[in-house]
Amino acid sequence: MLRIAPTFTVATPTTLAEALALKATHGEKAALVAGGTDFVPNLKHGLHAPEVVISLGGLDELRGLDFGAETIALGALVGIHTLATDARIASVLPSLATAAGLIAGPQLRRMGTLGGNVCLDTRCVYINQSESWRSALGYCLKKDGDTCHVTVTGKKCVAAASNDTAPVLLSLGACVELASPRGVRTLPLEQFYVHDGARNTVLAADEILVRVLVPRPRETRRMAFEKLRVRGAIDFPLLNLALAFDLDADGVLTAPELVISAIAARPRRVRALPEGLLTDALVDRIAALAFDATRPLTNINADVEWRRDMVPVLVRRAFAAARGPQSPPFAC
Amino acid sequence: MRTPTPHALLSLTVNGDRHVVAAAPHHSLLEVLRYDLGLTGTKQGCDKGDCGACTVLIDGEPVLACCTLAATVRPGAQITTIEGLAGPAGRLDPVQEAFDRCGALQCGFCQPGMMLSARALLNRDAAPSDTAIREALGGNLCRCTGYTQIFEAVKLAAALARGESGASIDPTPPAEGYTVLGARHRKADGHGKATGAAVYTDDFNPPRMLHAKILRSPHAHARIVRIDTSRAAALPGVFAVLTGEALPRTYGVIPWTEDETALAIDRVRFVGEEVAAVAAVDEETANAALRLIDVEYEPLPPVLTPEAALAPGAPELFPGRRGGNLTKHVRLDFGDVDAALSNADALVEGEYFFEGTAHAPIEPHCAIAEYDARGLLTLHSATQIPHYVHRTLAKTLDLPSERVRVVQPALGGAFGGKSDPFGHEIVAAKLAMMTGRPVKILLTREETFYTHRGRHPMQMHMRLAANAEGRLTGLDSKILIDGGAYSSFGLVTSYYSGQLLTAPTGFETYRFDASRAFTNKPPCGPKRGHGSVQPRFAFEIQLDKMAEKLGLDPIELRRRNDVGPDTTTVNGQRITSNGFLECLRVVEQASGWRERRGKLGFGRGLGVAGSCYISGTAYPVYPNEMPQSGVQVRLDRSGRAHVMCGASDIGQGSDSMLAYIVAEELGLRPDDIRVTSSDTDLSPVDLGAYSSRVTFMAGNACREAASALSTLVREAVASKLEVPGREVACTPGRWFWLGDPTRGMDTREAFVLAEAAHGTLGATGGYRTDKTLGGPYRGGTIGASPAYSFTAHVAEVAVDVETGFVNVKKIWAAHDCGFALNPMIVEGQIAGSVYMGWAEAVMEEHAFAYGGPNPGLLRGPNLLDYRIPTTVEAPEIECHIVQSIDPNGPYGAKEAGEGPLHPVLPAIANAIYDAVGVRLDRLPFHPWRVREALRAAGRMGGR
Ligand SMILES: Cc1cc2nc3c(=O)[nH]c(=O)nc-3n(C[C@H](O)[C@H](O)[C@H](O)COP(=O)(O)OP(=O)(O)OC[C@H]3O[C@@H](n4cnc5c(N)ncnc54)[C@H](O)[C@@H]3O)c2cc1C
Ligand code: SF4
Ligand code: FES
Ligand code: FES
Repeated sequence: MLRIAPTFTVATPTTLAEALALKATHGEKAALVAGGTDFVPNLKHGLHAPEVVISLGGLDELRGLDFGAETIALGALVGIHTLATDARIASVLPSLATAAGLIAGPQLRRMGTLGGNVCLDTRCVYINQSESWRSALGYCLKKDGDTCHVTVTGKKCVAAASNDTAPVLLSLGACVELASPRGVRTLPLEQFYVHDGARNTVLAADEILVRVLVPRPRETRRMAFEKLRVRGAIDFPLLNLALAFDLDADGVLTAPELVISAIAARPRRVRALPEGLLTDALVDRIAALAFDATRPLTNINADVEWRRDMVPVLVRRAFAAARGPQSPPFAC
Repeated sequence: MRTPTPHALLSLTVNGDRHVVAAAPHHSLLEVLRYDLGLTGTKQGCDKGDCGACTVLIDGEPVLACCTLAATVRPGAQITTIEGLAGPAGRLDPVQEAFDRCGALQCGFCQPGMMLSARALLNRDAAPSDTAIREALGGNLCRCTGYTQIFEAVKLAAALARGESGASIDPTPPAEGYTVLGARHRKADGHGKATGAAVYTDDFNPPRMLHAKILRSPHAHARIVRIDTSRAAALPGVFAVLTGEALPRTYGVIPWTEDETALAIDRVRFVGEEVAAVAAVDEETANAALRLIDVEYEPLPPVLTPEAALAPGAPELFPGRRGGNLTKHVRLDFGDVDAALSNADALVEGEYFFEGTAHAPIEPHCAIAEYDARGLLTLHSATQIPHYVHRTLAKTLDLPSERVRVVQPALGGAFGGKSDPFGHEIVAAKLAMMTGRPVKILLTREETFYTHRGRHPMQMHMRLAANAEGRLTGLDSKILIDGGAYSSFGLVTSYYSGQLLTAPTGFETYRFDASRAFTNKPPCGPKRGHGSVQPRFAFEIQLDKMAEKLGLDPIELRRRNDVGPDTTTVNGQRITSNGFLECLRVVEQASGWRERRGKLGFGRGLGVAGSCYISGTAYPVYPNEMPQSGVQVRLDRSGRAHVMCGASDIGQGSDSMLAYIVAEELGLRPDDIRVTSSDTDLSPVDLGAYSSRVTFMAGNACREAASALSTLVREAVASKLEVPGREVACTPGRWFWLGDPTRGMDTREAFVLAEAAHGTLGATGGYRTDKTLGGPYRGGTIGASPAYSFTAHVAEVAVDVETGFVNVKKIWAAHDCGFALNPMIVEGQIAGSVYMGWAEAVMEEHAFAYGGPNPGLLRGPNLLDYRIPTTVEAPEIECHIVQSIDPNGPYGAKEAGEGPLHPVLPAIANAIYDAVGVRLDRLPFHPWRVREALRAAGRMGGR
């Protein structure tokens, strides 16, 4: 089996305060685990060697969905399966429900949590491999090595943000609530993610993600999520994107948001999108801008040119889905 | 170094029982369930979330035990494993019952997880739709079934749970003239697989067992300058360290090409090759010890393609070997091909590439060796060839063969990937001999990719000639084969790439020229449809192109050139029964070919292809005069039979096949028969589960033994009833007089009479091949088979022109298996083959780094990067059985396990052409390749 190196003990706090205290004591040597679906495989690949693993599963404070008039608060421990199947989410944040339903497979959706997804480690074909494989490769920048096999010359890891909820939450203007012994801070998700695959969030060593806050969308808000993958289940995104915009009774589109991810370390918000009457031509203009803004890399196991060519295709499909009934997911 | 972490006491509620276990904090729930609690029904296929084999229910919801640290399970959580699914007194849950009844339990390795996912689905949805079933099982990979019978089983389970009888399942009666054969029966091993009781190799944990791990080469090609194991040997908890010099004897499955050693000596030839091994108290310590072995390598330039390997001056893998990097070259000429090509009215020339693929059975390789003070070595191994492993252990360990026993426990899928003797088996045995303790070696999923023996990549150039009447006059085929680092079955592969192409669609003259080259990659070998799936892909596309050129329907072209039954092919293979035309007719009709082909609109299309395959090879792997398969049957007064045979049940159902035959001959229910197979101490030799030989050969041997006993029972019954023996017959449970069926007795009584009359009842049977088979030329015996199966498929595809995804909607599969001893099992083999071929067509690829920092490194050796299909995208498969009743097969039976894979890939390629007018001559049909081809042809359509 893929034996985990026996470097750690497991702590199972039952209150946030207890968990924060543990984190404060052990700092970087303590790792958080929620559903474990990302963390445990990474442990098995020797990507972490913590001294303490803090299991968040007992923290009821991190559970719960709260549908406020202004804000929808999603607890960090809310399950991906819940996001995918909860009727309120489906009606108020349909793109989030779609994205959650397309994450991994049925078992992993029942184990995985929103917090774990938002904090998911970046992925790369050169890093999510066994210790011995990475050693045969000569390691890389993200861990134990000094070159990046994707950019070759770059000095920054460009492993891909591969969490499907991230682009959706960004497209909806979400914030994250981070607790530490120093207090609680609320940060727009846009400032939470940074452009470094080695560590793509600003989560501090003593912080725990408590909730994700999503502004309640206006009635006129339309949204969709699209994901490219080869198989109809299990696969991480080869490309994903989230779209949101307002559409008035006259068919005029305003305030568009388009976020594309599974490209590099940080989901990419496509800026300066045109507004106006929602026509095929407008969709094509937005699709072309999205294409221009996207440069896929060899960090993911699928043809780079093709993934780029799929950007406008997914944009058009996202518009179709946002306007009408959800279209079926991609699969061969 | 390792900081030991204290064990913690965990309280877990599993299947309603409370357990307190002392678990290490780094142990997963899977390890605790399997190794601490002995609940080995929960399986491990990847150990990192990619396969679903470890699925258990926690509070009714399916989760993956391998990704759950045991210490993080919420106190009070209710865990359900497969062992807890059955109700009181072992009454099967409807899900288990249905999986057993539908034949869904092939190797069974994925099924505990699958059944638990199905149970969770039914708990929330009593009547799930097809889509809901596919979605709910999307995280459980199965490699055997093609999912078809699993879908049926879930629907049946829902019906059973609702209190319906499940009459929807086809209750086929026995075939005309039989009382057991031809009907749908449960499999002999079904119950054990349904309940999680079946014991696979890794489920076996003898006391005092050590764990071995293997250090592998990080280089594709290097000289080993020095190995220092002293630091590893000094690590507390390490019992033995082993390097190549201790196992100097070479071996290989083919006696003419024994070029492997258990651990590399002097030189490594691929990334992942075995270099040294450690036996230690646990895997963690063994892993730590591996890191303390110092190996100094002198890297050598690798050759990674057959072209590079055969170029002048290429670095040699085996310096000084005659032939250099050319493993094998075969050239055979039948008739004047050049004349046929130059006189052709129509000529089609094409270049094709078949990518390498892996078997990826869900069960990783595992072996456990024990060596006792009397010098008896016992190896339990996940192998499909216990007999060859037996021979290899004796040879490489210098043990007399009577001191070696090889046992194959339940096997979690193989597909040809477990049909070589492997270094890890020899290493486990040697370490057991060195330490005097049982030694287990369980390969990780990544290591199974290095062990490989997968499909050979082939570059194929074909020229096909026809005359104006549509008769095929000649085929010229030139093939370059990428063999990887060792020979394995490569000699046979090289021949099969040409020898198995000459039926069912024949041609008048033929030349093939095949070269297999060594490259610095894991060795290739036999994968389902060994050696012939690749040229079949090329040839059947050639036929499609030829049909278009001639203005003929592709089915008509095949009809015109059908070789027919009772004939000899251009290369001298004797064909007996041949149901190909019937297969074609069936798929033509079922698919609506005439009305629908070419008329489905842009983006949607139909394609056809056909094939044939061997039912065993006429000659054993090592020349000898003994039977290829032996069976022993024993009866006694309890009214029961015991059948023993060396044949390997790898999930394909060979144990069941033996039971059905004995039941048919002896008036028993299949349930009344105990089967002991693939244990070299207990069962007569059978050469193993390869070349689709088992039903034909072991079936014949079994029939011989069972009918000898049947004669004895019949005589005894006849004399008691005072009627002539030929008027006595049997049916399960009863022997009787045909003249008045009320006169008779139950089977137990019949056996009592026979035992009284004839003494202890036992008989043997053996299968020997007709040694006159094959063409009268060098190599003419390779590919010679006592019978050939035939197949035709039609595939329907929808091509997503924007993305390039090829969505295979449906495959109509017709297979001539001679006679279906149990149609349910035949359908399972057809569906599983179709699935595997489709998977190779649309997504699978054994991909290597050809540049970068470490050329030759296998890219993504895991089940996330090496994608195998899920339930969600699996096509609908409609199986049709054609029965040509072979004159030499047992009751007319031929093979069904490999043949039906062949036509899938070219049928899909031909359907893509029908759909969008582009030819895809290179596998796999990745969406980017399809899109590129569409772009090149100016057929992108729309925007
Ligand atoms: C085969 C496979 C396929 C997958 N496919 C997909 C996919 O398609 N799309 C996708 O998005 N994901 C996928 N995943 C990844 C994963 O299952 C999901 O992203 C899941 O939501 C992660 O949640 P978790 O609770 O299991 O995270 P964990 O593994 O528990 O944690 C992930 C990371 O987040 C940190 N973390 C967790 N909770 C908190 C918190 N509250 N505060 C601070 N840090 C925290 C952990 O320390 C860890 O670094 C896949 C995983 C596997 C194994
Ligand atoms: S992007 Fe580069 S540095 Fe980052 S994980 Fe991949 S190879 Fe390593
Ligand atoms: S063993 Fe757990 S998912 Fe494969
Ligand atoms: S029966 Fe599913 S993997 Fe064998």
